[in-house]
Amino acid sequence: MSNTTPGAQQPLLAPPAARPSGPRTAARSHAQTVRGLLIKIALLGIVDAIALFAMFILVMREEWLVFAIAAVVTVIINVIYLRPGWLPAKYLAPGVFFLAVFQIFVVGYSGYIAFTNYGDGHNSTKEDAIESIIANSLTRVPDSPTYRLTVVEQFGTYGFLVTDPDGDTLLGTPEQPLEEVDAEEDSTGKAVSVAGWTSLGFGDLLANQSIVVDLSVPLSDDPNDGALRTPDGSSAYVYTSDLVYDETADTFTDTTGGEVYVDGGDGSFVNEAGRELQPGWKIDVGFENFQRAFTNEDIRGPLLSVTLWTFAFAILSVASTFVLGLFLAIVFNAPHMRGKKIYRVIMVLPYAFPGFLSALVFLGLFNEQFGFFNQVLLGGASIPWLTDPWLAKFSILFVNLWLGFPYMFLICTGALQSIPEELSEAATVDGAKPFAVFRLIKFPLLLVSVAPLLISSFAFNFNNFNLIYMLTGGGPRDIEAGVDAGATDILITLVYKVAFGEGTGRDYGLASAFAILIFLIVATVSIISFRQTKALEELN
Amino acid sequence: MKVTSRSFTITGALAMSAIVLAGCTAPAGEPGEGSEEPQFEGSLTVWVDADRAGVLEDAAAAFEDERGVSVELVTKDFGAIRDEFITQAPTGNGPDIIVGAHDGLGKLVQNGVVSPLELGDKASEFQDVAVAAMSYEGQTYGLPYSVENIALVRNVDIAPEAPETFDDLIAAGQAAVAEGAAEYPFLVGLDPAAADPYHLYPLQASFGAPVFEITADGTYDPTTLALGNEGGEAFAVKLREWGQAGILNTNISGDIAREEFVAGKSGYFLTGPWNLPAIKEAGINYAIDPIPSAGGETATPFVGVQGFYISSESENQLAANEFLVNYVGTDEVQTALYEVGGRAPALLSAFEAAQSDADVAAFGAVGAEGVPMPNVPAMDVVWSDWGSTEVAIINGQGDPVELWRAMVESIQSKITG
Repeated sequence: MSNTTPGAQQPLLAPPAARPSGPRTAARSHAQTVRGLLIKIALLGIVDAIALFAMFILVMREEWLVFAIAAVVTVIINVIYLRPGWLPAKYLAPGVFFLAVFQIFVVGYSGYIAFTNYGDGHNSTKEDAIESIIANSLTRVPDSPTYRLTVVEQFGTYGFLVTDPDGDTLLGTPEQPLEEVDAEEDSTGKAVSVAGWTSLGFGDLLANQSIVVDLSVPLSDDPNDGALRTPDGSSAYVYTSDLVYDETADTFTDTTGGEVYVDGGDGSFVNEAGRELQPGWKIDVGFENFQRAFTNEDIRGPLLSVTLWTFAFAILSVASTFVLGLFLAIVFNAPHMRGKKIYRVIMVLPYAFPGFLSALVFLGLFNEQFGFFNQVLLGGASIPWLTDPWLAKFSILFVNLWLGFPYMFLICTGALQSIPEELSEAATVDGAKPFAVFRLIKFPLLLVSVAPLLISSFAFNFNNFNLIYMLTGGGPRDIEAGVDAGATDILITLVYKVAFGEGTGRDYGLASAFAILIFLIVATVSIISFRQTKALEELN
Repeated sequence: MKVTSRSFTITGALAMSAIVLAGCTAPAGEPGEGSEEPQFEGSLTVWVDADRAGVLEDAAAAFEDERGVSVELVTKDFGAIRDEFITQAPTGNGPDIIVGAHDGLGKLVQNGVVSPLELGDKASEFQDVAVAAMSYEGQTYGLPYSVENIALVRNVDIAPEAPETFDDLIAAGQAAVAEGAAEYPFLVGLDPAAADPYHLYPLQASFGAPVFEITADGTYDPTTLALGNEGGEAFAVKLREWGQAGILNTNISGDIAREEFVAGKSGYFLTGPWNLPAIKEAGINYAIDPIPSAGGETATPFVGVQGFYISSESENQLAANEFLVNYVGTDEVQTALYEVGGRAPALLSAFEAAQSDADVAAFGAVGAEGVPMPNVPAMDVVWSDWGSTEVAIINGQGDPVELWRAMVESIQSKITG
């Protein structure tokens, strides 16, 4: 819930206060030290045991970098907790550890993704891509028969002992094409063993399955006849491949047309005509994603209008919720009003509901034909609240006002109540009118405490994904625009669309680049605003 | 306070190590039990949704008994499996087998995360449309288990006769509205922002305008759009006409359409078997008909197929293949999957057995005319442009033919890059 209301992601952490220990008797203190030490050693031991196990697995997997990091972190944690003193480090270590894992690493990794072409079609490494291309290019010869198969082994060489549809028994290995042999057959006529070779049972097959599924036994000396392969170890089919990989030249050759596909430098194999083989692989592309964001017509146009609307949305949301919240706070701060508590509780209700739920409720209320607004309030009018570009923008702002004003109401009430009454009394005695008292005394004092919250509220609304996604999904879409960007899309929903591809396929690289741009914008605005706030404080 | 802070660290370290370990879990399998054969040390991991998991438990138990390989079923949300699998597979931590709908196959192949599955002679035991749907660029990748499609559900009390053509349907529907027997001439769930090209497709197809050209081997050619042919434009003109006449209404979402039909407010509802339980519950006297043609040709719906895929990163290709083909591709399992999901089985013998249910038979008859929904990755582009253009046409914005042409141009430019 806290993520769905403006400004609610305020850090509310207070630094842990180190309490000075009170006077104790020496004996008690000593007993505590021993017990504490024992607990400490036991718990550290558990941590170390788990860390060692993790490191052991990392070594097995040859993940040297992660291993080194894990080793260093383990040593540091041990030193911190075993060494006397270093009290701040003992408190900070867990937090720093989690900060590193869940924030710094994640942010750093997203940043790195912005410089790659990670996305649909560029999902893994080049080795994986080559393997997939080879596997996908193998096709079973149409209408070819099924060979009944026994996989056999001799001195580490695996071979296929097959019974062809005519009942002949044949033996072959990847190097030696099929040749007729005399073999023992079972009651169904299937060849099950041959002299000099060991037949593999199902358990052997499973134990060697990666070898078995890669076996390819040519039918004859002519590679165009195809080769036998087995998907299950008990039957073999004739496959031909129309793509041959040349390891030394790093190229694929199409055996039917003779076309050569080379590594085009964009993370895929391409031929001269520009046709790409799928899948490609992930490569580093430098600043290409950022370049694309600014130079590609299809992206730049929507990006500009979306950025403008994001600013308009964030500023208008903060302004409207603040004005309404402040107004209500002043009204409900009037000393003579009755039933204030009840009103206050009622007003906090929109804040108490989960924001996405409210958005969904409003989605129903705004339905052009069946919605409450058109049906009941407007007597059956058909106003396209969410499907007209401008009305949709208005609806978004309206719903955000509904969701956001209680927060502003709360903070303004708090701030107003903390302004000493004497100030306004003194001003009144000096002859100031009530409005002048508010404008010249209360409001500036209010701003000192509220301004930082307004800035954080701006930053929150700048990335207010839930509301937009739930209410309009960024729509209505401009059907003439190239990119799937709608009239109410803000930057973060555009990033979502680019990253998770509701339209053009996932493009994590470009989405991460956008995310970095958003960060730069929000950071700049925040820094400038906080500077201004400081100036405000100094004036007072 | 000191101790608290420390135990916090330790809990954290434990949690962290657990995460690291979970990421590194080497396949831990059954140790050999004194047999002479070298025992296979490993297990199959299957990502499956909750409904399917219950059924697969039996197949998994049988597989473990007979083949000695344990199968671990991991329950996940059906719709989330594909994307999570694409991200996880390259890290080596993905499963061996996943469940998924066939329209995501193109994306799986594009990302190189599934490996071909040779059904062998078993291919002929499945419905042709199911195997075709599980194929991409001439290669079969999955074991199908169910087939679904939409059809015309008719409220017999309001519309006693099945319409011959879509115009008949409109005439009968409007007559029912005029008499006060119904409130809507026709219902289909649309979305105010994206219409619903899937549900409207049969009508479009009856004008002879599929999405892509179909190549000689029966698969789609994702580079040649067929949307923009004359039939497509004729369909666009009709969409406008239906929109203005109130036959199609983008404010009627899938949920509203179902509610209104269940309330007996319309004679016709274009929908799939997933809405039948609600219709039965409401006691509507219904019949399931073929979709009437609007443009003269047969109104063929898209057929959606669900199936299982094997990961290209799986170390257990052979075991996974064995499990799918011989333990999931069986009569019992396919029938059990049909019973929990309500979708017709893909295996012919199970499909025929399911024909005893009149609803399955009726939907199946309509689906027999259908074509698999295209599974090429380019469909993502198509759906989004297609839907928003249909909305604009239905709601009377701009010239229908021009909008349709602009859409085709936009899709074409995105496909060719």
